[in-house]
Amino acid sequence: MRAAGRPLSRTLTRALPVTPAVVLLVLFLAGPIAYCAYIAFTDLQLTGQAESSFIGFENFRTAFKDKAFLNAVWLTLVFTVLSSLLGQNTLGLALAALMQRASKPVRTLVGGIVITAWVLPEVVAGFLLYAFFRREGTLNAILAWLHLPSQNWLFTLPILAVSFANVWRGTAFSMLVYSAALNEIPKEITEAAEMDGAGGWRRMWHITLPMIRRSIGTNLMLNTLQTLSVFGLIWVMTRGGPGNRSQTLPLFMYEQAFQKSMIGYGTAVALLLLVVGSLFSVVYMRLLRTEV
Amino acid sequence: MRPTAARTTTPLSLFVAAALTLAAGSLTACGGGSGSDPDTVRISFKQSTDNSVKVMDTYLADIKKQFENENPGKKAELVPIKAPDSEYYTKVQQMLRSPKTAPDLVYEDTFLINSDITSGYLKPLDAYLAKWPAWNQFIDTAKTAARAEDGKTYGVPDGTDTRGLWFDKAIFKKAGLPETWQPRTWEEVLSAARKIKEKVPDVIPLNVYTGKPAGEAATMQGFEMLLYGTGTEGGPDPLYDTASKKWIAGSRPFKDALTFVETVYEEKLGPDVSDALDPNIATRVRGEWLPQGKLGINLDGSWLPQDWLPGSGHEWPDWSRKLGLAAMPTQTGQAPGRVSMSGGWTWAIPSKAANPDLAFEFIRTMQTKANAQKWYVANSGIAVRKDVAADPSYVDAQPGIRFFTDLVASTHYRPAYPAYPKVSTAIQEAMEGVTTGDASVEEAASAYDEALKAATDDQVVEKR
Repeated sequence: MRAAGRPLSRTLTRALPVTPAVVLLVLFLAGPIAYCAYIAFTDLQLTGQAESSFIGFENFRTAFKDKAFLNAVWLTLVFTVLSSLLGQNTLGLALAALMQRASKPVRTLVGGIVITAWVLPEVVAGFLLYAFFRREGTLNAILAWLHLPSQNWLFTLPILAVSFANVWRGTAFSMLVYSAALNEIPKEITEAAEMDGAGGWRRMWHITLPMIRRSIGTNLMLNTLQTLSVFGLIWVMTRGGPGNRSQTLPLFMYEQAFQKSMIGYGTAVALLLLVVGSLFSVVYMRLLRTEV
Repeated sequence: MRPTAARTTTPLSLFVAAALTLAAGSLTACGGGSGSDPDTVRISFKQSTDNSVKVMDTYLADIKKQFENENPGKKAELVPIKAPDSEYYTKVQQMLRSPKTAPDLVYEDTFLINSDITSGYLKPLDAYLAKWPAWNQFIDTAKTAARAEDGKTYGVPDGTDTRGLWFDKAIFKKAGLPETWQPRTWEEVLSAARKIKEKVPDVIPLNVYTGKPAGEAATMQGFEMLLYGTGTEGGPDPLYDTASKKWIAGSRPFKDALTFVETVYEEKLGPDVSDALDPNIATRVRGEWLPQGKLGINLDGSWLPQDWLPGSGHEWPDWSRKLGLAAMPTQTGQAPGRVSMSGGWTWAIPSKAANPDLAFEFIRTMQTKANAQKWYVANSGIAVRKDVAADPSYVDAQPGIRFFTDLVASTHYRPAYPAYPKVSTAIQEAMEGVTTGDASVEEAASAYDEALKAATDDQVVEKR
């Protein structure tokens, strides 16, 4: 009696302060996610259907047979590798490393410009880059001025154009993360390496990179997850087109759910996108753990 | 071990139960307290994506004033939705799903109405229509436009439309083409376009809407204007076989129509592909290309002049002297020699509307003869009311009305069954494939056949 009673009331009292937070989380986070997971197993449609029914894994089977879905998975990987891994991450690190040596005015100026791109709302950034890449746009004007052949970038190389746009927009984040990480490297170590005659590249490879390993991991993970879910930028620039040549998974999901009215299928694709994201996360976490 | 486990689970489950009860309680509270006011009728309609075009806004503002004067104490609240067609439909469907967001009156395209009726979004209007004398003024095809398979009527049509070729007389003159032009075959349309391309290189020779971004405009103004002119050997409707109640796959006419689209874009007779696949292309055609003399031939609907009327934003009183009109010919001149498609929009009352009676009152105000006529003239509509159609002041209000009204004789209606919107998207995808060159006609047609099976639950019949 005593053993069972006291802890019960004590646990309840202890639980009391967190109750509002848990209720809110259940309501606004777990609730919609659970509802979403449920819908993914139904054939719910926005129109043309009297009643939806539970159809098990049918949506997922359809997805893996759907060429457009596989195309979207492939483009999502291309987009993520190009713009997040190669673009934002590498460029961010390069900028951070260069800015360490730059004079203060240069640092302020470059930092300001890069961060402006990041602060801009996604839709605004999308329109800016749409104006940059479109046929009558800035890029072609510059190319014409240099007497180089111009082309309609959003039509001929849409996935490259949107990847570039994402690099333009997202590099600031990596730069900030790496600037902070680089500042943490003790000066003595770099100086010692310099005394031992290590050149710039060798110092980068043997000293800097190993020392900011954890930041690299964190940054890669955040970057990748952000990039996987980019929607507004691509939507504004190309709407996933022409055809489906820049249709990444979020755009594919939107099209299925809201343009073709197949909410059930679209939601299933959303869950698959979640799986892709967690796969990336698992890989990064593994990398981080083994290297520590 | 076990007692400990039990001890910790009990408070936990208690706690979860409490949380769920709380959550459920607050959710019910949300659902119950609908903020709708019984004296206000909320009206959702599609606002043009061109900011200077206010045809619908102006008309509804006028009706709102009349309605509020006639019904003291009642209010009308206009809820414009500014979006391209395809996004408008999605937004409306989402609003119709919940009584919290459903308007009292909604503007519905006839091609979608059966689909939305199947979803249970709309309310049958028969009880209201039976007590409404003006309903007898509607012609029979209009009355059936919003009649569902259950025999009930779900919408009051506010007009119909037909489609044909608009051409720029100045460009034709430069290209050495006649000022009064009536092509007899598809080939004659294409050869006129080729001539324009050759002689007047800085204009777009021929616009045929295509691809998913243009939405239903691509299907109806573009593809179906071709498909329904391929002859009727396969039955009266080349998309849907009424005898077997199945959708038609693998047909030769389908590929022929795709070939036409492919030719237009492959030979660069159409707009630049990136412009053709811009969701706002229809707005650009009316607002920029035609008024600025940049487009030779345009395959489009009868409603274009609504954007050019005084007070509409792109005033262009001269249009009837600058543009010529021609009926779209059949493929090789098969009888009846010309083809048109007809659709139109209706006013419908959502099943989750809070004030359906008041909403129908609003329809009655819109459909007094004077107001209906005002609307037909304002939006360049083809009248579906006998009293308006017979009124000379409507027929003479605008050049072109007579031409497009005559096309009603050779017009076709879409097989607007519940699956139609998805079939339409599949058509747009096939068009987009041949437009960008990503797919050949054969590939696009077989992809359509596949998509058709998915869209119609395998209700497909093969026709060669």
